[in-house]
Order: sequence, then C-alpha cells, then structure tokens
Amino acid sequence: MDGWLGIVIMIALGVGFAGVMIGLSLLLGPKNPTPEKLAPYECGMPAVGNARERHSVKFYLVAMIFLLFDIEIAFLYPWAVALRDLGWPGFVQLVTFFLILTVGYVYVWRKGVLDWGPAIRARRPTEGTTAPKAA
Amino acid sequence: MFHSSFDAVVPMLCVALAALAVMGAEAFRSRGETMPVGGLGIVGLIGAAVSSALLWNRNAISFGVIVADNFALFVTITLVIVGILTIMFSSPVVKRDGLPKGDFYALILFSIVGMMMMASANDLLVIFIGLEIMSIAVYVLTGIRRDDPRATEAAFKYFLLGAFSSAFFLYGIAFTYGLAGTTRLDRIGAFLAAQSMSDNRLILVALGLLLVGFAFKISAVPFHMWTPDAYEGAPAIVTGFMSTGVKAAAFAAFARVFLSAFEPFSGEWAPIVWWIAVATMILGTVVGVAQSNLKRMLAYSSIAHGGYLLVGLVAANQVGKAAILFYLLAYAVTNLAAFGVIALLGTKNAANDELRDYAGLWHSRPALAGLMTVCLLSLGGLPPTVGFIGKWYIFSAAVGAGYYGLAIIGVLTSVISVFFYLRVVVMMYMSDQPATVVFPPVSTVGMAALVASIVVILALGILPTPVLNLAAESIATIF
Amino acid sequence: MPETLIFYLLSGLAILTSALVIGQRNPMYSVMLLIASFGALAGLYVTLDAPFVAVAQIIIYAGAIMVLFLFVVMLLNAPHEDGAEWDRAHPLRQPGVGRFGALLALLLVVQLAWALLRTGSVDVPVTGAVDAETISSVRLVGRTLFTDYVFAFEATSILILVAMVGAVVLAHREGDRG
Repeated sequence: MDGWLGIVIMIALGVGFAGVMIGLSLLLGPKNPTPEKLAPYECGMPAVGNARERHSVKFYLVAMIFLLFDIEIAFLYPWAVALRDLGWPGFVQLVTFFLILTVGYVYVWRKGVLDWGPAIRARRPTEGTTAPKAA
Repeated sequence: MFHSSFDAVVPMLCVALAALAVMGAEAFRSRGETMPVGGLGIVGLIGAAVSSALLWNRNAISFGVIVADNFALFVTITLVIVGILTIMFSSPVVKRDGLPKGDFYALILFSIVGMMMMASANDLLVIFIGLEIMSIAVYVLTGIRRDDPRATEAAFKYFLLGAFSSAFFLYGIAFTYGLAGTTRLDRIGAFLAAQSMSDNRLILVALGLLLVGFAFKISAVPFHMWTPDAYEGAPAIVTGFMSTGVKAAAFAAFARVFLSAFEPFSGEWAPIVWWIAVATMILGTVVGVAQSNLKRMLAYSSIAHGGYLLVGLVAANQVGKAAILFYLLAYAVTNLAAFGVIALLGTKNAANDELRDYAGLWHSRPALAGLMTVCLLSLGGLPPTVGFIGKWYIFSAAVGAGYYGLAIIGVLTSVISVFFYLRVVVMMYMSDQPATVVFPPVSTVGMAALVASIVVILALGILPTPVLNLAAESIATIF
Repeated sequence: MPETLIFYLLSGLAILTSALVIGQRNPMYSVMLLIASFGALAGLYVTLDAPFVAVAQIIIYAGAIMVLFLFVVMLLNAPHEDGAEWDRAHPLRQPGVGRFGALLALLLVVQLAWALLRTGSVDVPVTGAVDAETISSVRLVGRTLFTDYVFAFEATSILILVAMVGAVVLAHREGDRG
C-alpha cells in the first residue's frame, strides 16, 4: 500500500489539470453561439449524415488481435520487475515467448488483417463513381 | 528448478514447430500457390513418435511439470496416429470443400500440441493451458466452413458450453490451489494423502468442479448436451478428430489427475463416476438407436464409448488402467476410420451423412462398404476386431474389481449398440441405392489411410498381446 | 482510518458505476461506466495487496476487453438499446422472467449476507504459510512465473497464437489474397 501514494498524486494531478483547463475555458472564454458555430465541424462543409456510421466487421478483428497482444504485454510487467532476479535465463524465456508470438504477428500481417485500405474505398459504392478494385 | 532437461518436451516441440512452420508457409505463400503443408505436419508428427519411442522407459521430466512417463508417451503415440490419419483423410476434404488449407492443418497440429500437453502434464495449470489450446483450435475447426449455418451453429454452441466448462475446471484448480498451496499433481497427492474428509469439505468442492470440467470434455452424461449438435455440424473429418483426439487427451488428463492426485479420495469420487458411467453408457446407446443421421448416430456412440472408458476408470485396478489406454487407442483408430469413410463419401454440396444415403453402398463402392463394415463391427465390439479386445479388457477389469453391475450394464448396452451398428451394415448390403445420392471418386491418400486403419483394427484384434503389454507397462511405472 | 475510508470510497464508486451500467439506455455510456467500475475494482485490488491483479485489471479488462466491447457497440450501431419492436417483445422481457431474476438476485444477497455473518475472521490466508504482502508482490509473481511456471508461460504463447489463427480463420474475409 505504501508505494501507491505517487500514483494517487499522479491521478489527482491528471484529473485536476484536465478539470482546471475545462473550468478555465468555461469561465474565461467568450461565449457567443450561433447555429453555425454549434454545428459539428466537418472540413468546413455542411455535415452529411450521422457520425455514428456502422463500422466494418474488419475492425473487430483488429480489436481482437489487439486484445491478444495486450495479454502478451501484461506478462511483461512482472517480468520487468523481477528481471534482476531472473537474469539471462529470464531474458531468454521472454524472447522465446515473443519469438513465438512474432510468428503470429507476421501471419496476421501477411494475411492482410492489418490493412483495411480497400475496404474503406469499397464502403461507398453508391456515390456515383465505382469503387476502385482492391489491388 | 528449470533447465534440468528439455527431453520430455521434445515430442510436443516437434509438433509445435511443424505447426509454426505451417503457419509461416501459409503467411508467406503467394496468391494461389499451394504447398505440401499436410506433409510437413506428418513429418512433425513422425518426429514426435520417434522421440516418444526414444524416451520410452526413461521417465524424463522437464521444467518439473512435463513428465514423459510411459503413460504420457503411450497417449502421445496414440495422438500421433490420430493426427496422421486426420491429415491423410483431410487432404481430399480440404481440396473439395475449399477450406483454408494452411490454417486448417495449423489448427489440427496446434490442437495436437495441446492434447500432448494434457497427456503429459504434471501440473493442473499446464493441463488447463493444454486444454484451452486444444479446445480453441477445435472450436474453430468445427466452424471452419463459415458459409454453412449448421457448422456455425455447432461451433457457437460448442464454444459457449466449452468456455463454461473451462470456467468450472479453472474454478476447481483455484480451490485445489487454495487448499494445497500448489498446482503440481504429485504435491497435491501428498497433501491430500494427509487429509481426511472431515478435515476439509472444500476438497469435495474442488473435486466436483474438476470432475465437471473433465466430464464435459469427454462428453459424459449429463454434460453431453453439446456433443450431437457439434458432431453433426462439424465437417466429418473434424468430428472424427475431436471424437478421438479430444477424448483421448481429456481421458489421459482425467485419469492422471484422479488416479494420482485425487487417489486418496477415490472413495468419494468413484461412486459419482460410477453413476456417470452408467448414465453415459445407457443414454449414448438408447438415444443412438433412434438416430437417422450417421454422424449423429456416431456422436451418441462416441458418448457411449466414453461411458465404457469411465468403467475402466472406476475399476481402477491394474487391468482397468491398462484397459483405458488400450481402449483409447482402439477406439481412436476405429472411430476415426468410420468418420474418414463419411468424409470421403461427402461432396461439397451434399454431406451424404444420412443413414439412407448409405443404402446399397456395397453395390456402388464395395471396397468402402467393406472397410466401413469392419469399423462398425469394431465399434460394436465384435471379434475379430480391436473393439472386441478393448471391451473385453474393460469389462474384465470391472469384474476383477468387483463392479459386477457396471460390467453387466456395459455388456447389455454393447449388445444394444450392436443393433444400430448392424443396421447400417444391413442397409449397405441389402438395400438399393437411392438415385439421388452421388458419391465422389475416392482419393488415393484417403483410401491409403483407411486401409492402414483397417489393418490396425484387424491386427490388434487378432494379435493384441504386444500392445496390451505396452499398455500394462505404461501404467506400471506411475500409478 | 485512511484504509477503511479508501475501501468505502472505492466500493461505493464500484457499486454506483456498476448500477449505472445497467441503468443506462445508451450502450456507449454503459461501456464507459463499466471502465470506471473496473478502475474502482483495480483500486480495491491495490488495497488488498494484489498490485499485479490491479494492473492486469487495468491493462486487460479496462484496456483491451472494453475496447472489444466498444467495437461491438460500434458494429451494432445501436444508439438506444430498446429502440426496436423485437427487443421490447423479447421473451426475456416478460414480467415473469424479471421476477424470477429478482428472486435469484435476492437469494444471492441473502446467501452472501449469511456467509458474511457466519465467517468469523477473514484475515487468515487459507494456506496460512506466508503473509499476504510477500505472496502478492509483483516481483515475486514475476519470479514464480518465470521459474515454477515457466513452461505454462511459454505454452501461453501457443495459446495466444491459436486464438490468433482462430480469429483470422473465422472473421477475416479472404478477399485480398487467394
């Protein structure tokens, strides 16, 4: 419990800083709203449609891959803290772990899970021009 | 504690490296290129078999948690046979159904790695990780035909219930760890030997939770609900793989945990397993009679066979333990061959797995009909097949241990089961083939695998002694 | 009594945010509140001398799993959960089902209260061998993980790999490469 004071101070500072900034801009900033100013900004053009468009299922796969690599990261934490006790054997163990997962990373990459470019272009086929075929 | 030796890991390392190589090949192949990845997998599996043979009688231990005792090696070799047959049966299926070849074989190999881990783990946590590696791979294999709604439903059901049962198993591990302060099976055994039931009723909770986890994986009644749907929806060869490999690995781990770590409490769990065995044998057989789909029928037959294996576990004398190992091998080869026939007879658009599709098979495909007959006779436990010897040993173990009731129920259900196996045989020979069924040409590799398994079924049925001795030798060293 | 104060603060926060998770109509708010609830739980783990569990809670649950939840919400694109007619007519929304659920919840509360009243002292760890501070330090977790459980650790990489292949096989549309 003792070593956690720093983290509490850090959280307090983070929350406080954000709070103070928002509060100051509320207090000090000039408020002069017009309908144009309140409209969501979309490159200076009038907004088209709803921002909450349905996402492609492709991104869910990216999220799943992220989850898997995140679990890998969770193992790094105790390893890093115990590294001095573990020495080189510990290093080798972690490198082995990472090498095995690198095969997975290469696999995912080569399978084209990480590039979602063509899908974005193909998502609006109704807008007059036909979507360019994915290379 | 570590770096003692890597020996005991070598068999599963061979398969894991083969799986990684298959994954790498799949990642780096260019578009439309095909690679002999199945052959790569078989090479890895043969490496595992050879290293297992070299490790025989050496009782190697690696990392303190992986033990390559003869029990583990026997199961490992059984799994290698399952793996090689599966890959051979799959090669025409993968091509025909347009399944993702590299991914398919990688998943098969990874799940075999998990199974081997379960068979040789001396630690509940490693058993759990092996169980999960195996299960996740098999869930995906079940649903690998993504455009088939039945396969997707099967995979979904299997996954949800499987995840649920994993939670039970993990909860059991947590209780065991909380009581014994360790996850190593030998230390748990030592701890439990010094306890008595009145000391700690929590032991019963841990025991029950672990039992549920295992019972699900071996699809014992009342945790069998997922089996018919999952077996029917999955591609036939995947069904064959999961009804043999998954069952063998789960039984190996089940036997090791309950016969070594929880042996001091066998007075508590043996009656429960007795009831589960009876329910499993009866339900598997009786419901199996009513099926019209061959895959579903074999699913119930596989439930019933799980019941016979449980008989061996209840009658945990020397004969019973050896009989479990022998029966696992016998059942694995036989059942896989039966599903192999179904897989070879299916086409991309028609599974051809209804019973009536097999009417008159003798007239159109006499060789396949003959081979299927041997498989079905072996499943029914008729001589001169390996199934007969397996059942003989299981039931004689039950009699030897004084479980007469169990033996009688086992024999009775076997007799009933012969009825539904023979029904298929009669249909194959006596009926006319329906005009609608079109069977594809049978591939050479698939036929070779089938002939090889039939040779094993008959050879072990006629000359079982060497393998029985091996099985007896396998259990002599550990339990 | 700062420790007791922190405990009540964090538990109150966890209960409040969890209640709001089910109270919200907008699933996006529910996800955000669930993250807050996980944060409070992580704080509770810290007070229980389980810093590794706390960090894992933040990294894996509040981090990765909630990202997954957010993606599902965005995939389904459901701004309000009871928008559709089929949803209101859902069999789980029948009053009988609701009452049964309430009964189960009540049973759980009674059971927990009974268990708490019966338990005399909860300070003693089950094994009773070592004090909580020692077994739970991150350093010791690391040391144990990379010595006693090193095989399980390496096997986990295979497990993650299988999950990766599975995700790709089931969810990836193989349109880009054949």
